[in-house]
Amino acid sequence: MKEVPHLLVHDATDNVGVVVVEDLKAGTDMLCVITHDNSDFRLTAEQDIPIGHKVALKDLKAGDTLMKYGEDIGKMIGDATKGHHVHTHNAKTKRW
Amino acid sequence: MSIDYSKETVNAWRRENGRVGVRNHVLILPVDDISNAACEAVANNISGTLAIPHAYGRLQFGEDLDLHFRTMIGTGSNPNVAAVVVIGIEPEWTKVIVDGIAKTGKPVTGFSIEQKGDLETIRQASWKAKEYVHWASELQREECSISELWVSTKCGESDTTTGLSSCPTVGNMYDKLLPHGIYGCFGETSEITGAEHICEKRAATPEAAEAFMKIWKAYQDDVIFAHQTDDLSDSQPTKGNILGGLTTIEEKALGNLEKIGRESKYIDAMGPAVSPEKGPGLYFMDTSSAAAECVVLMAAAGYVIHTFPTGQGNVVGNPIVPVIKISGNPRTLRTMSEHIDVDVTGVLTREQTIDQAGDALIEMIKRTANGRNTAAEALGHREFSMTKLYRSA
Repeated sequence: MKEVPHLLVHDATDNVGVVVVEDLKAGTDMLCVITHDNSDFRLTAEQDIPIGHKVALKDLKAGDTLMKYGEDIGKMIGDATKGHHVHTHNAKTKRW
Repeated sequence: MSIDYSKETVNAWRRENGRVGVRNHVLILPVDDISNAACEAVANNISGTLAIPHAYGRLQFGEDLDLHFRTMIGTGSNPNVAAVVVIGIEPEWTKVIVDGIAKTGKPVTGFSIEQKGDLETIRQASWKAKEYVHWASELQREECSISELWVSTKCGESDTTTGLSSCPTVGNMYDKLLPHGIYGCFGETSEITGAEHICEKRAATPEAAEAFMKIWKAYQDDVIFAHQTDDLSDSQPTKGNILGGLTTIEEKALGNLEKIGRESKYIDAMGPAVSPEKGPGLYFMDTSSAAAECVVLMAAAGYVIHTFPTGQGNVVGNPIVPVIKISGNPRTLRTMSEHIDVDVTGVLTREQTIDQAGDALIEMIKRTANGRNTAAEALGHREFSMTKLYRSA
């Protein structure tokens, strides 16, 4: 049976991906697929991260722009190194 | 091999004005909140009728009253409705709604309570409702082109899986069916915030883009800046969205816009509950992002089937329009599958393409049009929430 991806990424320019399996544990060697071109790569999850939540694909620092769908979706307000959870605790919209 | 949808048909009811309906309701429609009791009594007396009680209809004025009338008249006029009994406290506004619905050519009669009381009104209205049920129950479905369906969309309890799976599934359906002449509709003015620049570019004409931006800017000025405390962060993204992994409104809006597909462009941007006037195609409607309010407004504009992507599991339904739920979130399918009509979890596991998911949704639209009850219908979800623009006099 084909391996099911753990993480989906919309666009090659994105710096975050989305966990699409339940109960993802720290240390998992994730199969990551870029949906735009169906290419894949591997990344180690550094934390337990819930389904639907985002993972940094590279080291992100406060002030960095978050890219998803190939678009600017906000900015980091804290740091997240590669494989770590990115959410409201370390990221927010630039609008407000 | 792609499916040719140009020859696809459904068995549905053709109404007096030529429009196609997929349900055959006899509605008992209250003009105002204080006529709810009489309407519910009539529906209780006569099997096969449906009362849709609501909270408003008194002391409204101006644009807000116009929207109330448009919603009431539009709901009664929807092709999913065969006939309507209208009950109001007084005769004048009752007549406004009856006359509006009568323009479709369908049977409609109004009753008012003043000078009669509830009991006499219920007696008279029950006789009329019984007559309508006999008549409507003999109406036959006939073969209609799939292109005659008006299909709206709005997502709810979105998360990151909706942008990856269920929203692009709806977009794929629109990309396939809009070229054959269906009417489409998307809305949720507040949820476009964050991707308004992208939505502006998806207009078919500069006029449509301008109409959209005018609505969007008015929402920013009249609603957000007029009522904000600090920002929208307590309600947009919602708490459910955040639990599902959505972090910013930009991220939510980009996922939301996946519902209009890759190629579809909207030909007009219209006010709430306004019927499209520019022929077949995709329309933007100025609506709240609250699920029930939005579906009610689109139903009042004449849409007969609603497609509803959900991530965390919104359970909304509508009294007259079947709401088809689509979800790709495996946890939602595991914990609340009774609410989901189309399972697209295969998109996340890469076992199903968006193209296949779109075909599966179109198949479910056909089955629903032919009579399959949706999950929301089977579970009795009939949320009828009116949109109110400002407080009454």
